[in-house]
Amino acid sequence: MSLHFIEFELNGQTVDGMTESRRTLLDYLRQDEGCTGPHAGCEHGVCGACTVLVDGEPMRSCLMLAVQANGKKVETLESLAAADGTLHPIQQMFREEFALQCGFCTPGFVMTMVALDRAEPRPDAEEMKKALSGHLCRCTGYQGVLRVIDRLAAGEGAGK
Amino acid sequence: MNDPAPTVGARFVGQRVQRKEDGRLLIGKGTYIDDVVVSGMLHAAFVRSTVARGRITRLDVSAAQALPGVFAVLTAGEIDKLGARYFNAAMDQPDLVYPDNGLLCRKDVRFVGDPVAIVLADSRALAEDGAALVEVDYAVDPPVVGIAAARTMPPVHPEYESNSVGAMEMTIGEDIDGIFASAAHVVEDEIVNCRQTPVPMEPRGLLARREGSGELTINIATQGPHMTANHIAGIFGLSINSIRILAKDVGGGFGQKVTALRDELAVVAAALLIDRPIKWIEDRLENLTAASQSRDETCRVRLAFDSDHRLLAADVDFNIDYGAYPHAVHGSGGLTFMMLPGPYRLPAYRFRSSGWFTNTCGEAPYRGPWMMDMFARETMLDTAARQMGVDPIELRRKNIISKADQPFTMVTGMVIDDVTPAETMEAVVAAVDIPAFRREQEAARKEGRYLGLGIAVAIEPTAIAMGTYTSEVAHVRVEPNGKVTAMMSTFSQGHGTPTTMAQIVADRLGVPFGDVTVVEGDSTRTGYGSGAGGSRQAIVGGGAARVATDMLADKIKAIAAHAFNGTPEDVLIDEGIVTIKGSETRATLAEIAQMAYFDTDRLPHGMETGLETQYRFRAPPMVFANQAHAAVVEVDIETGKTKVLRWVAGGDCGNLINPAIVEGQISGGVVQGIAGVLFEKVSYDENGQPLAATFKDYLVPTALDVPRLEYVHLCTPSITPGGFKGVGEGGAMISPPTLVNAINDALAPFGKNWLNMPITPDRVVIGLAEAMGDS
Repeated sequence: MSLHFIEFELNGQTVDGMTESRRTLLDYLRQDEGCTGPHAGCEHGVCGACTVLVDGEPMRSCLMLAVQANGKKVETLESLAAADGTLHPIQQMFREEFALQCGFCTPGFVMTMVALDRAEPRPDAEEMKKALSGHLCRCTGYQGVLRVIDRLAAGEGAGK
Repeated sequence: MNDPAPTVGARFVGQRVQRKEDGRLLIGKGTYIDDVVVSGMLHAAFVRSTVARGRITRLDVSAAQALPGVFAVLTAGEIDKLGARYFNAAMDQPDLVYPDNGLLCRKDVRFVGDPVAIVLADSRALAEDGAALVEVDYAVDPPVVGIAAARTMPPVHPEYESNSVGAMEMTIGEDIDGIFASAAHVVEDEIVNCRQTPVPMEPRGLLARREGSGELTINIATQGPHMTANHIAGIFGLSINSIRILAKDVGGGFGQKVTALRDELAVVAAALLIDRPIKWIEDRLENLTAASQSRDETCRVRLAFDSDHRLLAADVDFNIDYGAYPHAVHGSGGLTFMMLPGPYRLPAYRFRSSGWFTNTCGEAPYRGPWMMDMFARETMLDTAARQMGVDPIELRRKNIISKADQPFTMVTGMVIDDVTPAETMEAVVAAVDIPAFRREQEAARKEGRYLGLGIAVAIEPTAIAMGTYTSEVAHVRVEPNGKVTAMMSTFSQGHGTPTTMAQIVADRLGVPFGDVTVVEGDSTRTGYGSGAGGSRQAIVGGGAARVATDMLADKIKAIAAHAFNGTPEDVLIDEGIVTIKGSETRATLAEIAQMAYFDTDRLPHGMETGLETQYRFRAPPMVFANQAHAAVVEVDIETGKTKVLRWVAGGDCGNLINPAIVEGQISGGVVQGIAGVLFEKVSYDENGQPLAATFKDYLVPTALDVPRLEYVHLCTPSITPGGFKGVGEGGAMISPPTLVNAINDALAPFGKNWLNMPITPDRVVIGLAEAMGDS
């Protein structure tokens, strides 16, 4: 397997390295960059636990090759909280609404919601629910997630 | 949401306290199994059988072995040198006979996914490359697929005489056949559940290695670190104190991670043989096809009623498809038998059951493994109500027990107390407003829209404190800085015990919630506990935490009384400050702790130094909780699609430690139950090939598929410390009959009874066409 040089922006910092062409962005982020936010839940693009933002768009990092991230801007869950530990408003809402239990699927939900929160015009609650149909949670029955959507659709969040 | 009033003086118990563990989970700093990395680690990938039944005629690992980056390829020949034999961690004794085909298959394979070889390489990708190079030839035999085939075909396991396992028959009462012969009404039907799999979002996985002078350290996605340590010690003939099981964050378990299965144990074996750290992370294909599956059960029920619609007898024939390697072999229907009569008066009862080996993935617990008790009883009560022409709620009112009837001895001999089946049902009935719904249903039917209402009622044994599940231990201490550490044998895979246990400790000690840290997930840091399983941790862990903390508070009071010339009865601990009634004296907990650890001459004469206590709580054998749920659905008879419009979840799980966490347990279970009725099914073709291999075939519900739950909490305390009851499994067990009853109410005008799961749109459309053709 030949190695390829890649360089991209990860959570505001430029990172680079060598990687096999067959390697997924998820494996690269987790193993080479120590990014433990995105999780491998199904590795076939359905569960959404690996979701990261690539140039602002939610992407399944299990379906994207690391080499495809070359020159792009990648954001993971780790980028959201402030340096002083203050949670991003969506993370805070997840906590307040008990929208997580085991937490394994949570990074994907949160990153998709961050993209929804930034979108203009702002999606309504029904559009947000549809966007979240690409994320599976097995613990909560989605009750807390739906409450976060209610609040997000009502205008809470960080916005742009 | 009607929260109960918190107990007097309680600041945290009874409150929706935010979870401690969310702090790390929300920023990507959880430690799940694949987040653990050690140097020199090898990655494992399995070669699994591609046929359901057959002899291995050739197994050639040479090409895999020669691949650069592959360290070793192990087969049964190597693994068997350790002499390990699978047995169940939680329920069975090692002397029970298990199907014995090794941790890796020896000469034959028994389901698609049966592990044949394990490839160890420098990376997971290389291990998978190596696995693809292992050549296996099989002489294929016709597989046993389904219970009907199991009854007639040769045994799946040559060491067993037949495919039947754990068969039992129990009869309570005289002349059951005579009762049915003379009963005013006899109702009979069969409930066919479908095979499901728990699908924790984090698949199974472990990292095993020898450390130091041979200590075996294993990070593993488990539901109970201590039980896993005990299990692995037993499997490999090791001493439990040479094993350290570590688990921090586990991405769901739901029963699948109660006991390590053969493939996980094969990874441990590899680490013992190779003496390198070995990591195996299950992929989703393996999880869906080769981990564990559940609920592949049929239940034929006959009910006899008198002319006043009172139950006279039940006759039940229950069968479980166990697959090839079930997690346990001890019996087929113990709890289902005991609980099937539920919260109703039943004078006579016959129950027959058997488990059946088949050439499919093995059975293991899935949240409420005895759920057929509720499923069969509650759907049959509705079936009976329709057949007899009575209202299903009235039928239940005729037969149900209430708080005033207790203690009540069930026909199966169990004594139930402190439950509110009738009261909870009535609270749910009131919340639904049934007359209003019936008017709406009537009006909708005139427009060709089919609405339905279903109700189901149940009692549930929680914290079945027997055998390995008997007790939990809490070690609570005030550190020299005044902060509190609670070392617990409980374990959370999302259950929230780091929060709920801290709520109890903070309340009983009188300290800020933020001052309490709960430590769990390390088998060497506390004594034995079995962890999550059986809706038990609030009761058993909560009881241990509460009593240990009360003992610690007593010690603090004794120290303060001695040091400040008061009496222990006059000492108050509040917000971490110790005061004496009628005195200006005040001390921080840190100051008391300094005395206890460092300035010990100030302690009462003879008192043990330090500020720590330990208590192991042995719970009563069963603590009963109860549920009554109601669902409103609309079934579109054109598309066959069922939409859940409303869900009222009523329950009595005693005093609630954290209502938000309780509701999370209920809603998660309810949605898993809905999934089993509407979406999820593991199918096999006639060759034993699994047809649900991805999330495109196995449909886990999304946020678009779920109702918003309404909760009704009745809070009748149990007799245990704190008055807690279990809540983990009830939602998953009560929701299937609730939903099926609602669907059958909606489709009642078509005269067909839908008791065959799942009730998917295609089956509704076909079934309605048949029903309308029939009529």
